[in-house]
Amino acid sequence: MGGASETPASIITLALRTAKRLQQQRIVNALVQLAGVRKSFGSAPALHSTDIEFERGKTTALIGPSGCGKSTLLRLIIGLLEPDSGSIHFDGATIDSEAILLLRRRVGYVIQEGGLFPHLTARDNVLLMPRHLHKQQDEIKNRLDELCSLTRFPADALARYPAELSGGQRQRVSLMRALVLSPELLLLDEPLGALDPLVRARLQKDLKEIFARLAQTAILVTHDLVEAAYLADIIVLMNEGRIVQQGSIDDLRDRPANDFVREFINAQRSLVTL
Amino acid sequence: MRPVFRFVCLVWIAVVPVAGIADPGHNLSGHNSTDPVIIGSKKFTESYVLGEIAKRSLENAGVKADHRQGMGGTIILWEALRAGQIGSYPEYTGTIAEEILKNASSSSQDEMRAALGKFGVGMTNDLGFNNTYALVMRRDAAQRLSVRTISDLRPHPNLKLGLTHEFLDRRDGWRPLAERYQLRPQQVVGLDHGLGYAALQNGSIDVKDAYSTDAKIGENDLVALQDDLQFFPQYKAVFLYRLNLPSAAIAALQKVEGTLDERRMIRLNAEAERTKNYARAASLYFRPNELTKASAGESLTHKLMRWTTRHLELAGFSLLLAVIIGVPLGIIASRGGAIGHAILSIVGIVQTIPSLALLALLVPLPFFGISPRTAIAALFLYGLLPIVRNTATGLQDIAPSLRESAVALGLEPAARLRQIYLPIASRMILAGIKTSAVINIGTATLAALIGAGGLGEPILSGLNLNDHATILQGAIPAALLALLVQWFFDLLDRILIPKGLRL
Repeated sequence: MGGASETPASIITLALRTAKRLQQQRIVNALVQLAGVRKSFGSAPALHSTDIEFERGKTTALIGPSGCGKSTLLRLIIGLLEPDSGSIHFDGATIDSEAILLLRRRVGYVIQEGGLFPHLTARDNVLLMPRHLHKQQDEIKNRLDELCSLTRFPADALARYPAELSGGQRQRVSLMRALVLSPELLLLDEPLGALDPLVRARLQKDLKEIFARLAQTAILVTHDLVEAAYLADIIVLMNEGRIVQQGSIDDLRDRPANDFVREFINAQRSLVTL
Repeated sequence: MRPVFRFVCLVWIAVVPVAGIADPGHNLSGHNSTDPVIIGSKKFTESYVLGEIAKRSLENAGVKADHRQGMGGTIILWEALRAGQIGSYPEYTGTIAEEILKNASSSSQDEMRAALGKFGVGMTNDLGFNNTYALVMRRDAAQRLSVRTISDLRPHPNLKLGLTHEFLDRRDGWRPLAERYQLRPQQVVGLDHGLGYAALQNGSIDVKDAYSTDAKIGENDLVALQDDLQFFPQYKAVFLYRLNLPSAAIAALQKVEGTLDERRMIRLNAEAERTKNYARAASLYFRPNELTKASAGESLTHKLMRWTTRHLELAGFSLLLAVIIGVPLGIIASRGGAIGHAILSIVGIVQTIPSLALLALLVPLPFFGISPRTAIAALFLYGLLPIVRNTATGLQDIAPSLRESAVALGLEPAARLRQIYLPIASRMILAGIKTSAVINIGTATLAALIGAGGLGEPILSGLNLNDHATILQGAIPAALLALLVQWFFDLLDRILIPKGLRL
């Protein structure tokens, strides 16, 4: 083996092997990978062929104007939509219709109005899946206590129905429901979009703390650049079904990829500095 | 309460009122010697009385017998007799020749007996009277227009005729009669027999068909027009019976042969209409010492209980079936597509079939016949539409965000339906079941047309006797039941609809 390693051919083999190992390393670091994923509704393309990776432990914000494809991207990851072409990997495994059920239980999903089931109390909403999966009673109870303190939700309101809760409280319950199975990935589709500014600011602060405490891999869809900059490590700016630029808020502000990025940043900044 | 448990409760509540008491048509199967012989009768007074006489004759001979009153028309009774669902019923020779054997040339009673034998059916000799069809008019009107015979109607085409549906369609009925007598009246309407007498009295019609032994002819001061061209065949009353009846039963029926002349029959009919009690009229036929045996009439309370119980059995059992079948159909229909549309169209079309037509379609089928089963099947079909449609709509109306939340949580499709979708749609589904229940309570009155009992029984015989009190005995409890059912389901809403949906 030692003699053979001197030859040029074996050097190439070694280089290839190293490259492959690095590639595998990257797969392990990326929790979700999209390769050539494309989606149209009828004849209207919602997402052009897209490649993107989401790293473990990082919060990514998908941002852009309405109809830019950011929600479509999120719904493809949770399997609410199926891609027309391309593949999606989760934790190294391809997502297909058979694996999707188990995958969804490793992913938490929060939507704008909370999506709480009106016929179930806050507690029953949160505990729907653990009970369905026949988790231990005391394990369920401990998890609920943990989540209440994590999301600052008053325990005595757990017996209330969604109709009896405020908008902010509903989002906290929705967050608890998404986190109850300790998911590897948390998806949030404009979770704070329908809340008034004060409640929204409070929830932003709490969300940031929660992400940090859980070292949670999260993907957040928002159209608010300030919110994205505050909560996310990486910002992905999209327009008309394409990713325009991704990086930190400094990258986007100081090194805009094109005029659209510059215009988008300026539009939001002018509101802030008003 | 957990949703699954809640659904079990719903089914349980629907079952309890009917389970144990609903035993549709248990005594219609074969002829064990211990089974009572079932006597049928048509929906008019004389047939009721003759049916009652047959029953009492059998009982006096020590044979157990049961009388199903007023089971509708000739076809229904004949099919029931042929299939062995009833043991005997009173019939008329003219009807046998024209309607059953469809043999226009008036054959002798022996020829008829031979032809009936091929169906396993026997025929007694005639009971002693000829009850032919007749056209009747108010006496004053007849005198004013000097109409005495049917031929005299020819110059008066403006007279309004109100004829029973059976007479309109019979081979020896209206059309050949009109042809023979060259009658071309401007207005001929189909009308219930009992209602027709009231219509004659108030002048809505001028001429109607009747039976020559009908007690109403005398009571209402009507005249029977003379059949001057001898169009109507002989209608001698006989009993038709299954040849495999016990010989004691056949002998008992034959004992009635030749014992009822026209005057006696008219008197019994009049007694029945006066007292509103067929059993009492029939007992006039027997000697007084036999009379005491069965003269204890059923009290009104007892009758009301019996009718109401049967009514609830019919409506409850059919509703249960409609829920068990309708909800799954609604779930399938909610998914849309060709199958969903087909389901909604079919249950919609079933709803438009007139109830009498639906009953007539079901009666000749082997499993159904003259039994509560037929009524339950028809009510079940009518009950489907509201349940299927409300289930489908309720499921379709669930907000997409809630559907997606259920999917994204990782629930299996069956669990989504059971734990999320059905509870959210429960208000709509229950509203459909409520509509169905109220419709069924109303429609179940039609069960009496095929002898299945219920509160339709007094309504039908009241119509037949033109007796409002009897009609109300059925109509008032039926209306009260509908109210009770409505109230019961309002209560059920509070139990079954999750609290979170009522905020």
